[in-house]
Amino acid sequence: MALYRDRGIVLRTYKLGEADRIVSIITEERGKVRAVAKGVRKTKSRFGGRLEPTGHLALQLYEGRELDIVTQVESIQAYRHIREDLDRLSKAIVLLEAVDHLAHEGSPAPHLYRMLAGALAELDRSDSAMLVPAFLLKLLAAEGFGPDLDVCVVGGKADADLDLVALDIDRNGAVCIEHRRGVPVSTEAFAVMRAVMGGGLKDVLDVAEGPVTHEVDALVGRMYEHHVERRLRSAHVLDRA
Amino acid sequence: MASADCSAERKRYVYEAPVQDLIDELGKMPGIGPKSAQRIAFHLLKLPAQDALKLSHAIARAKELVRFCSRCFNVSAHDVCHLCADSRRDDGVLCVVEEPRDVVAIEKTQEFRGRYHVLQGCLNPIEGIGPEQLRVSELLARLEPENVTEVILSTNPNIEGEATAMYLGRLLRPLGITVTRIASGLPVGGDLEYADELTLGRALEHRRALD
Repeated sequence: MALYRDRGIVLRTYKLGEADRIVSIITEERGKVRAVAKGVRKTKSRFGGRLEPTGHLALQLYEGRELDIVTQVESIQAYRHIREDLDRLSKAIVLLEAVDHLAHEGSPAPHLYRMLAGALAELDRSDSAMLVPAFLLKLLAAEGFGPDLDVCVVGGKADADLDLVALDIDRNGAVCIEHRRGVPVSTEAFAVMRAVMGGGLKDVLDVAEGPVTHEVDALVGRMYEHHVERRLRSAHVLDRA
Repeated sequence: MASADCSAERKRYVYEAPVQDLIDELGKMPGIGPKSAQRIAFHLLKLPAQDALKLSHAIARAKELVRFCSRCFNVSAHDVCHLCADSRRDDGVLCVVEEPRDVVAIEKTQEFRGRYHVLQGCLNPIEGIGPEQLRVSELLARLEPENVTEVILSTNPNIEGEATAMYLGRLLRPLGITVTRIASGLPVGGDLEYADELTLGRALEHRRALD
């Protein structure tokens, strides 16, 4: 039982009792932490609006038996453009949900914290149609589910000019015209996904919203849900909205 | 063997069935743990019979009579709640809130004389709560027949409430209605140094001239 400091991003919150909340935070050093924020729902709470999802914070917490207790909070980034734009907020919530799926309590995951902080900062700067699919693809790669996009995963041929025409989600990679199965994928979508995986993220984020970004978005969503075995609920709810 | 001893031990200390049933039922209430349930149960047992009956009648009566107002979806003892039935209120201004508790909070200010619409929740994408789970279509259906000219979005200023307000704003603006959002700022009696950056930023942005 001790006080500790860490940096983190609030993933989600749950109401607790009259005026408290349980906040779930991805921290830099301790993985996912669940902590009680006392009185945070009162208008005069000293935590104010900081402990809301997307809040990027420097925290002081008191280690508890089951749940820690938030004792001090300072904002690192308020991400105001995200909070005040429905499209950006919808995207940010998908990022938070994905990280919430993959982070675990008591298991440090500094890469998840850094990836999320980077993605939120980028989303605050500009609203790119490719941000969510690129983030999910990078997340899959970081968790060991990165798809093989350069060879036919059935035939094994690795030819740059080979006609890769589809994606076999089970085998997690591209397939050529001869071994065609799974989801058909356009050449442009393959190119965008290869760029994400191969260090071309900056250019990919400039791709304007259109059929290719929609195709990659749907494809990566399916890959994510297949490999992580969790449904990205926020993506579906906000599609309907 | 040890666990069998344990469960026999536990059985010996269980209350008589009517007392235990009362504790179990009270324990299902939000925020009431087993110890609190036990404390309340014994308090009820100590009460004069008529006081305990009054409580049970109040619960039964509320359950029997209370429903949602068919117009604004606030809780009501009649088909239309007393706020919707009040002819002195302004039909042209509609205040949209998340819960019936919010109607009471706004009524206490005595600053608002228009009508209300209770969404019965807010958008919560991670929990899978979308617009179809809220009273959004009912809100849209009220606007024309009731000649609404302004909708005040008074959802909570947290992330779900803001998302709900932005979503409704998008739906309502093309209909040619004035859409306003309840202001955010510093709480009266609070300290500036504890205000978070977002609240303080908004308070500065929407500052007003001193009369």
